[in-house]
Amino acid sequence: MTDIKTTSARTLRGQVAVVGVGETEYYKRGEAPDPEFKLALEAIVTACENAGISPTEIDGFTSYSNDRSDASRLAAALGIDDLRLANMQWGGGGGGGSAAIANASAAIATGGAECVVVFRALAQGQFGRFGQGPQRNTISGENAHTIPYGLMTPAQMFAMKVQRFMHDHGVEQAALRAISMASYHHAQHNPRAVMYGRPLTEEIYDESRWIVEPFHLYDCCQENDGAAAMILVSAERAKDFPHPPCYLLSAVSGSHHRAGAPVHNAPDYATSTFKTVAPRLYRMGGVEASDVDVLQSYENFTGGVMMSIVEHGFCHPDEVNEFFVNDRFLSPSGDLPLNTSGGNLAECYMHGLGLNIEAVRQIWGESTSQVNDAEVSMVISGPMVTPVSACIFGAESTI
Amino acid sequence: MNDYYLNQGLPKPVASPDGLDGPFWEAAQQGILKLQKCRGCGKFQWGPEWICHRCHSFDLGFSEVDASGRIYSYERVWHPVHPALKEQGAYLVVLVELPHADQVRMVGNLIGDAEQDVLIGSDVKAVYEHHPDDDPSHTLINWALTQ
Repeated sequence: MTDIKTTSARTLRGQVAVVGVGETEYYKRGEAPDPEFKLALEAIVTACENAGISPTEIDGFTSYSNDRSDASRLAAALGIDDLRLANMQWGGGGGGGSAAIANASAAIATGGAECVVVFRALAQGQFGRFGQGPQRNTISGENAHTIPYGLMTPAQMFAMKVQRFMHDHGVEQAALRAISMASYHHAQHNPRAVMYGRPLTEEIYDESRWIVEPFHLYDCCQENDGAAAMILVSAERAKDFPHPPCYLLSAVSGSHHRAGAPVHNAPDYATSTFKTVAPRLYRMGGVEASDVDVLQSYENFTGGVMMSIVEHGFCHPDEVNEFFVNDRFLSPSGDLPLNTSGGNLAECYMHGLGLNIEAVRQIWGESTSQVNDAEVSMVISGPMVTPVSACIFGAESTI
Repeated sequence: MNDYYLNQGLPKPVASPDGLDGPFWEAAQQGILKLQKCRGCGKFQWGPEWICHRCHSFDLGFSEVDASGRIYSYERVWHPVHPALKEQGAYLVVLVELPHADQVRMVGNLIGDAEQDVLIGSDVKAVYEHHPDDDPSHTLINWALTQ
């Protein structure tokens, strides 16, 4: 029995596959006609239809960022007989997007569940916005050391990291602009995108107002309402579904030494939090950066994408200005097609689960900005928070 | 007209109900910078925590620190995200590294023209912004360039 638990055997690589994806219509913040829980149900039912299964076949739910749609209520609403997995990844923002896939996959790979849905639902009109500071008389705890100085939203928290990185490595604003341009370019091909029909030019970007330096308006994600879902089963079962299997090659999460130290005290500060995570991602997946055919990299803010791409080994930190040029990121001609659905900036900010769905569609050949022969499709979830996560999907040829 | 850096109306800092950072806020009202220091290994840590991350001692106290440092990073905020800041215009937030306290960092505002060029690495000293008549009374710690 001792040889079963060797390090090489303890991997998710090739053990699980995505067999269905789905999302609601995506709305601007506050404009969803339905409550958040109904949006979650709609996305899950749509993903089941996409997989060709009944929702009653689901036996597990995973999510992240304290999703409010409780797994037991979902299981009751959908009439599920045997709930076997109800899992929430700690951490805010989108850092848990790929971690929720890892957690679902770990349960499937080890016999804890058979058919798990990863989902995220958001109705900011119903529950309040991310991009507004708290309106109350007093504040205590860690926030007392930042909010009274006017540092209170995600943009303001992360601008501080990006500013330091840009200072250390001489990064120019045009590098951030190239990321925003790629997302908006791809959104013009995607009818689901909230920014479909609203193209961005370099001039519009340059003239847009500052939110907080170094972020212009177009460096910041949208705030949206909607829901997204993805169905996972074991690799053995995956061959019996309508889509060709989209295998999980790797999914990992985590953060470096004291990444969560309070009041901006992480020793390694100007980072996307992926320096320790990315090597584990590639090791499990058995791939390198040069193998990646298409990349979805979570844009809370473009600066996080920049640092993520550096920390995943696509570019040296001192070569950002040369690497981050618009053509490189465009599908299908660029050598690193990026955020091919429009991403969080221009498709929808569904806390990044839309990026995971897009990565699957690339493997299936169903993207609205399809990369030729996409075999290795990678997702970087929620840079600059802690913990973060990432995953890699692969076509049949990678197994 | 007053001497406050930001317009009034943001949430006011109060000591954490669990007692973790009380000595810091009390000292600030006296114009003194006190940060958490481990009695086990003698090192500072910030923000405060119940255990020392280096030696795992629970025997922690607060010690006075020379209130000077250097700008580790900064940001110029333009978009108001709170009603109190609607008429504020731009303002500067700095992350200050304290070489006299094992390089811990603090957040505050940088006194002076909000549109000034800010240079990472510049030396700064603390400026205590007292709000004695506010309810609750409190003191913010801002930073000014050392000329």
